[in-house]
Amino acid sequence: MAEVKVVGLWKRFGDVEAVKGITFEVKEGEFAVMLGPSGCGKTTTLRCIAGLERPDEGDILFNGRRVNELRPSQRNIAFVFQFYALYPHLTVWDNIAFPLKAEKLPKEEIRRRVEEVLEMLDLKGLERRKPKELSAGQKQRVALGRAMVRRPEVFLLDEPLSNLDAKLRERMRGELKKLQRKLGATTIYVTHDQIEAMSMADKIIVMNEGKIQQIGTPHEVYHNPANLFVANFIGSPGMNFIRCRYDREGGRLRDESGGIEIPLSEIAREKLGSISTDEVIIGVRPEAIEFHPGPSPRAIEAGVYLVEPLGSVNVVNLEVGGEVIKAVAEPGFSPSVDEKVWISFKEVSLFDGRGGDSIGAMGGEELWRR
Amino acid sequence: MAEVRLEGVSKRFGRIQAIWRLTFEVEDGQFAVILGPTGAGKTTTLRCVAGLERPDEGHIYFDGRCVDGLSPAERDVAFVFQSFALYPRLTVYENIASPLKARGMGRDEIERRVRWAAEVLRISHLLDRMPDQLSGGEMQRVALGRAIVREPNVFLLDEPLSNLDAKLREGMRTELKKLQTDLGATFLYATPDHAEALSMGDKIIVINEGRIHQIGTPQEIYDRPADTFVAYFVGSPGMNLLPCRIISEGDRLFADIGPGAFRVELPPEVKEGLEDATTLGIRAEEVEVSLREERGWLRGRISLVETLGGYNIVEVDLGGIAVKARTDFSFSPPPGAEVWVRFRRDKIRLFDREGRAIPSPAACKAPSNA
Repeated sequence: MAEVKVVGLWKRFGDVEAVKGITFEVKEGEFAVMLGPSGCGKTTTLRCIAGLERPDEGDILFNGRRVNELRPSQRNIAFVFQFYALYPHLTVWDNIAFPLKAEKLPKEEIRRRVEEVLEMLDLKGLERRKPKELSAGQKQRVALGRAMVRRPEVFLLDEPLSNLDAKLRERMRGELKKLQRKLGATTIYVTHDQIEAMSMADKIIVMNEGKIQQIGTPHEVYHNPANLFVANFIGSPGMNFIRCRYDREGGRLRDESGGIEIPLSEIAREKLGSISTDEVIIGVRPEAIEFHPGPSPRAIEAGVYLVEPLGSVNVVNLEVGGEVIKAVAEPGFSPSVDEKVWISFKEVSLFDGRGGDSIGAMGGEELWRR
Repeated sequence: MAEVRLEGVSKRFGRIQAIWRLTFEVEDGQFAVILGPTGAGKTTTLRCVAGLERPDEGHIYFDGRCVDGLSPAERDVAFVFQSFALYPRLTVYENIASPLKARGMGRDEIERRVRWAAEVLRISHLLDRMPDQLSGGEMQRVALGRAIVREPNVFLLDEPLSNLDAKLREGMRTELKKLQTDLGATFLYATPDHAEALSMGDKIIVINEGRIHQIGTPQEIYDRPADTFVAYFVGSPGMNLLPCRIISEGDRLFADIGPGAFRVELPPEVKEGLEDATTLGIRAEEVEVSLREERGWLRGRISLVETLGGYNIVEVDLGGIAVKARTDFSFSPPPGAEVWVRFRRDKIRLFDREGRAIPSPAACKAPSNA
């Protein structure tokens, strides 16, 4: 397996700059996910790594060796678009053997490699079946087997689960992650689905408009997003944003309606000292909102707007100042509409209201002056 | 607004029985959701209610009056589709006004209604735009506007949010529910997305392969699924469904999972019909996991951790049986780690050989207000 580096990659299509000078690395055996909305440049980047597109600038390195000039077939990669692209008239065995036959490998070598893959993917006993006689999970393993049998150094996966229905996708996520770990395969996986990224990745590369917004573990991008884009794109329901004015002299944050006023702690003021604007956005994850039975110090008054039960949790929509924010609560917590509640924040992120960059994350308690 | 009732409605297309003897009602002002996977018969059901399909058998009533012989126009329903189906050459204003013009309504009345609808949907500033200048969310609002100006008997909505991206869908969910409540409108809404159904529905009708599996409130559907299909289809992840056999030792009852993998003690009050149970169901959030050894808990190994931001889903291998548990986001043991597991006993559900729920005394106590 290989380590992959992308250094200063640019790619233009006519006037459109699809990828604007991005740099990242994927370690050997790592599961890296490139996450972003459509048009962010993630697929173009993957195609450059595969050799299907030629970079305008920058290098692609496999194990430190520049592969820019190599054709896709010389790069020893497996590119998987979607898991259902099996040959319907061929058996499992023939589907997996197909790429080796195309390479005209000796019969004995083909047999040995196919057997090995069947074993590894738990497909023994299904060799003679046709794709239509397989479950969705088995089909996925066959498609992966066909990619593995060539012993690629890197797996490149482009939204492989997007054509599956929600239930199947949920199951395949886990299956795929377990397989990747078992194989120790260096994997670069492209998706617009933040849940896939969060649940499978060792490392997430968040992209938007051709640029990298953040590289980090799922925990880092979720709990310490680098900017408003990442904070908003990751999580469901998404992070709440409360637009505030920073009163530097008074050391206070006030939201636009005046419904929220927070006297700031020393730590918070220190963090805010570095910014050049007085526009500050407080970001709060829905599950970081805590409910209190009545007024209490550092609790903010809110009105219940709507309760959305989701089974395992309730999403409580709250009117705070002039805005509606979402809180995740226990399924038993179901206040009636227009009821008054009091909330506090367990964890917050502060953002520069003009540029959108993160100023830092901290515990909700640390935000308030004591 | 009208109350809608279906009695034994069936529809066949060639050899395919699309829906089979559907009987349910939607009360005046209720938000009813038809939930089921692709091909379940959701769209066919809506089309029968709209008068676009003629049922092979059964009857449909609006406010107690049989509408079988009425044309779609006479039924006066508003149909909102997944594809927004706006007139590309008409402005937003004209699009919303079109059904009223078709009816020959006076100009002033049209203007009054269009302005009202635009205000309700917060698209007043878009009235002069053309559809191709709108975002997906705005287009869906215009489509809704065109439906609400008509003040129809009932709204039929066929996956209206499916074409929107995940972020927008979340926001529109809240707005739609609020709109329906404010208008006091009768909604019949079809979707494959259980989160939409749970969060918006007053009543959920779960269908699969043309047949009704369960009718109930979101809480009933989630907590007391009528069968294994509903148990797995609703919720993310779906309910853990484990093969089992019931054994008794003196006064105590156990589910032998596997059988032969491990045992779970059942609450003593469960007795009736128990010998028929072949499947034990438990929601991921009702499975407790600990890194410390706990007396009487089951020993297992972590096989997968899916980080989802606000929480994690971990898969534990218990004697060869995989069980998913919902944990705090900070609980992230490495694969292979030894853990101790307990099922919350009062949350255990049992199903017979046909997959039907075996009622427990607690189920009888649960209030029914569907």
